[in-house]
Amino acid sequence: MPPVRIKDHWHEQRLFDRRVWLAGVLMALAGLGVLGRLYYLQIVRHDYYTQLSQANGVRTEPIAAARGLILDRNGEIIASNQPTFDLVLTPDEVPNLRGALARLVKLGLLQAEDVPDLIRTIKSHQSFDTVPIRLHLSDEEVARFAARRFEFPGIDISPRQARWYPFGPLAVDAVGYVGTISANDLKHIDQAAYAGTAVIGKTGVEAAYEKQLHGTNGYRQILVNALGRPVQRPGALGRELHVEPPTPGDDVILSLDLKVQRVAESLLNGHDGAVVALNPWNGDVIAMASSPSFDPNLFARGISEKEYRALLEDPRQPLFNRALRAELPSGSTIKPALALGALTDGVIDAHQEVLAGYAYHLPGSGHLYHNAMHEYCGPMTMRTAIIMSCDVYFYRLAHLMGIDRISAWLPNFDFGRPTDIDIPGELPGLVPSRTWKATRFRNPAQREWFPGDTVILGIGQGYFLTTPLQLAHYTAMLAARGLNFRPRLVTGIRNSRTGRIHWKRPVLQGNLTQISAASWTVIVKAMIGVTTKPRGTAYYQLRDSTYPIAGKTGTAQLVSEQAKGASNEESYKVKGTLEKLRDDAWFIAFAPADNPRIAVAVLDEHAGWGSTGAAPIARKVMDAYLLGPDGKLRPDPGRGPFSEPARLRARVLPGVSATLTPVQESARAKAPPMGPAVLATEPRKP
Amino acid sequence: MIHEEVSTESRARRTLSGAARVLLALKLDGPLAIGLGIAAAYGLVVLYSASAESLSVLLRTGLRVVLGAIVMLALARVNPNVLRRISPWLYGLGVLLLLAVAAVGHVHLGAKRWLDIGPFHFQPSELMKLAVPMMCAWYLHERPLPPRWSDLALLGLIILVPVALVAKEPDLGTAMLIGAGGAIVVFLAGLRKRVIAVLLLLAVAGVWLGLRFMHGYQRERLVSFLNPQADPLGAGYHIIQSQIAIGSGGVFGKGWMAGSQAQLDFLPERTTDFIFSVIGEEFGLLGLAGLLLLYGFIVGRSLYLSMQGPDTFSRLLGGSVALTFFVYVFINAGMTTGLVPVVGVPLPLVSYGGSSVVTVLSGFGILMSLYSHRKLMG
Repeated sequence: MPPVRIKDHWHEQRLFDRRVWLAGVLMALAGLGVLGRLYYLQIVRHDYYTQLSQANGVRTEPIAAARGLILDRNGEIIASNQPTFDLVLTPDEVPNLRGALARLVKLGLLQAEDVPDLIRTIKSHQSFDTVPIRLHLSDEEVARFAARRFEFPGIDISPRQARWYPFGPLAVDAVGYVGTISANDLKHIDQAAYAGTAVIGKTGVEAAYEKQLHGTNGYRQILVNALGRPVQRPGALGRELHVEPPTPGDDVILSLDLKVQRVAESLLNGHDGAVVALNPWNGDVIAMASSPSFDPNLFARGISEKEYRALLEDPRQPLFNRALRAELPSGSTIKPALALGALTDGVIDAHQEVLAGYAYHLPGSGHLYHNAMHEYCGPMTMRTAIIMSCDVYFYRLAHLMGIDRISAWLPNFDFGRPTDIDIPGELPGLVPSRTWKATRFRNPAQREWFPGDTVILGIGQGYFLTTPLQLAHYTAMLAARGLNFRPRLVTGIRNSRTGRIHWKRPVLQGNLTQISAASWTVIVKAMIGVTTKPRGTAYYQLRDSTYPIAGKTGTAQLVSEQAKGASNEESYKVKGTLEKLRDDAWFIAFAPADNPRIAVAVLDEHAGWGSTGAAPIARKVMDAYLLGPDGKLRPDPGRGPFSEPARLRARVLPGVSATLTPVQESARAKAPPMGPAVLATEPRKP
Repeated sequence: MIHEEVSTESRARRTLSGAARVLLALKLDGPLAIGLGIAAAYGLVVLYSASAESLSVLLRTGLRVVLGAIVMLALARVNPNVLRRISPWLYGLGVLLLLAVAAVGHVHLGAKRWLDIGPFHFQPSELMKLAVPMMCAWYLHERPLPPRWSDLALLGLIILVPVALVAKEPDLGTAMLIGAGGAIVVFLAGLRKRVIAVLLLLAVAGVWLGLRFMHGYQRERLVSFLNPQADPLGAGYHIIQSQIAIGSGGVFGKGWMAGSQAQLDFLPERTTDFIFSVIGEEFGLLGLAGLLLLYGFIVGRSLYLSMQGPDTFSRLLGGSVALTFFVYVFINAGMTTGLVPVVGVPLPLVSYGGSSVVTVLSGFGILMSLYSHRKLMG
């Protein structure tokens, strides 16, 4: 039996006290542990955790910068921003989604067939997001909804800035349009800089000057809770929130004159065609139109699938920018260029009379090349051949020049290569050559360059292709007697903060000094004759002009078989006789002829002869630009309040002669102080 | 002048002694009662912010504090001998109730912890927090200390039965606290050091076994404690957000009602288990250190009182109440700061909800009863 243990109260008290002290030590250690941990978290790692807590509760929301305006030379706004109203819905706050949508359909604000899609969209958002359910309400629709707003909890009208083209389709081929940022766009932009931006320039100036127009987005910090829902009344938490205001985009000033642009577009209305008008002394695009056209607002506010398909499937191709991209044979409008080449190369004497009959007989070949209307020319000098557009004379001229000289000469007028206009999308056209043909065709029989190929180049047929812009550019070079200014739509950028305008210098990218003054006299006189001599191809349309016009008609014969590789001669024959109705009319002109201010190229597709279809259009475009309300030449048609300073020095590309020849000087000097004084000797003031 | 000063002083003394007399009559210990009052008031201030200015939460907590205070007052007046004698009955009742919970308990949030008694949800496990140490103290009261092996075995059974029942509910936090309450009694009774060593070994084995039979969410919590980043939006979320809250509070805190972690709902269970983090975020290191000091004072004062205890039962039970309180605080502070795994242990007197406030104050009521009746039994 174990010894009976009896309670020793004093000993037990001491034991207890010792245990309490032991516990006290342990607790002190534990307490120190907790304090040490707090020291680590709240002092050592404080900054780190502050950052994490910030990242938790603060969301940065971008504020889109207002897109810069686009103005014409007179300060008329062609692209602006407009508050637009969307109908938005917050799923959380709508008690009966289907019922609410059904009532909106009844109000005429939604289409019944869109409702199932809408419900799906709404369901895919978080319940506290605002979901746009209808974009771009009209004023009347806003009013209609506002009157019944109390019936629609959780549905509201939300304003936003949208791109707005007040004149709709006016100048859309130059200005371009903005559209929703696509996956493809995302590859080319800094996505961080575009957070909050809904649209991006897609074509034209909107695309080319996207960087300037876009501006810099700002941001605002907002408090969000753990669910990501914005906190409505942040109270004490809201003090630290940061707002960085956006910097609006810069305004872009165009060389376009909207008055002229309107005339050009109204003349093209109902036709398929294009008009490009340039200032020969600086490359300014005065007007650029392509018809049919479309309303860029469709894209700016978000085009629907249906609308887009309709545009794409329209057989008249409204989305096709004919001014930059229609590559067509030039027809006879090329004749002055070839004539200048032949004179400069000494191939032909301008004043030597040549008997040009009904047809040209290619030496060593049995084939006859007829005049287009099978008419008889008679004895021709170069002047008369241009005036009445005698094909036979130019068949011969082309043959005398030979393909090698032609393919070397035409690029002097920027044929076969881009004009480098400051908007994207232009096509280069085509100047054929032996090497081109040798690589173009697969069939060895077609790779050889035939003399016949050269002959029809003389009248701008065959493989040669040009765009309306190229033809206008070439006409401007004729007007400026060989000066080649890079065509440009944008003349200045107005800084959105300072309001100061940075003027862009015109770019002289070529100067054909090798053409003699005598050659210019022959060609310009001949082109004046086109509009003033009774035998001139545009005489009946332009004879009553109050100012002298130098022009040239052309008829482009659509020879689609060429592309398929059929024999050039045959297809020309077929086209030339059977399908004349499908021919495209060209007209190029500059005026006033001896001191030109404007150079125009007009394309009127399927209009038949250039003189009947295209010449009157060119005439009215030039009238709009040159004539005052009294019907007389205006002293200074080229300048508006938003035109650059007169003495802005042009930038001359390397290898280009900056010295004006006497003939260039005299053509420019007689012009009133209109465009910038090209090549001004004094430096541009800072 | 002199006469006046003297009279003011004596009046002051009389007032003080008057307050002391009131406390004596109520069988309360002044410093401890004041400490508890401050802690409860601090808790209400924090809770107002943590509950997003909810008056109903504040009101309900206030009512619970009042209820707890009444229970404390009542228990303080009970003769410790009565408490001792009812200990086994209370323990027996508690075990029966736990069995009843297991049989017909009310399930809430995946756990069966509650008994529906009329309109109230009652948690028998709360009762056991007091009943287990009382039972242990009762058992050891008559026996010579330190306890023998056979006593330990029996005590082990007394502790483990309710612990197992509560752990099965599952409510690991409360089970641990119940176990701690009993174990502390045994510890204070003078457990030999080699026994402590053996028990530690057993505890390690227990943890291993426990890991094998743990509920999924319990294991998740343990894993996330060891590596919170393993699942930052899942199980580790509580710990990460709690540490962000505390760490971002810094020394002075972000200010009352200005803690973004708490106010913007990033901190889960911020009114209950994670209210410590709210204090850390809004009142900073100073706020937490102040609270810990207050808790330290309460524990110290309680230990001092229990050392005055006239008999083994009083001393053991009083010491257990004090040390269990500390364990509450340590586990809660430890889990919110990432020192110990997340177990559902509220911060005593501050956390919202449950009968925790009442239980804690009841414990202190018993402690005060043991202290204030010491002369009667001497």
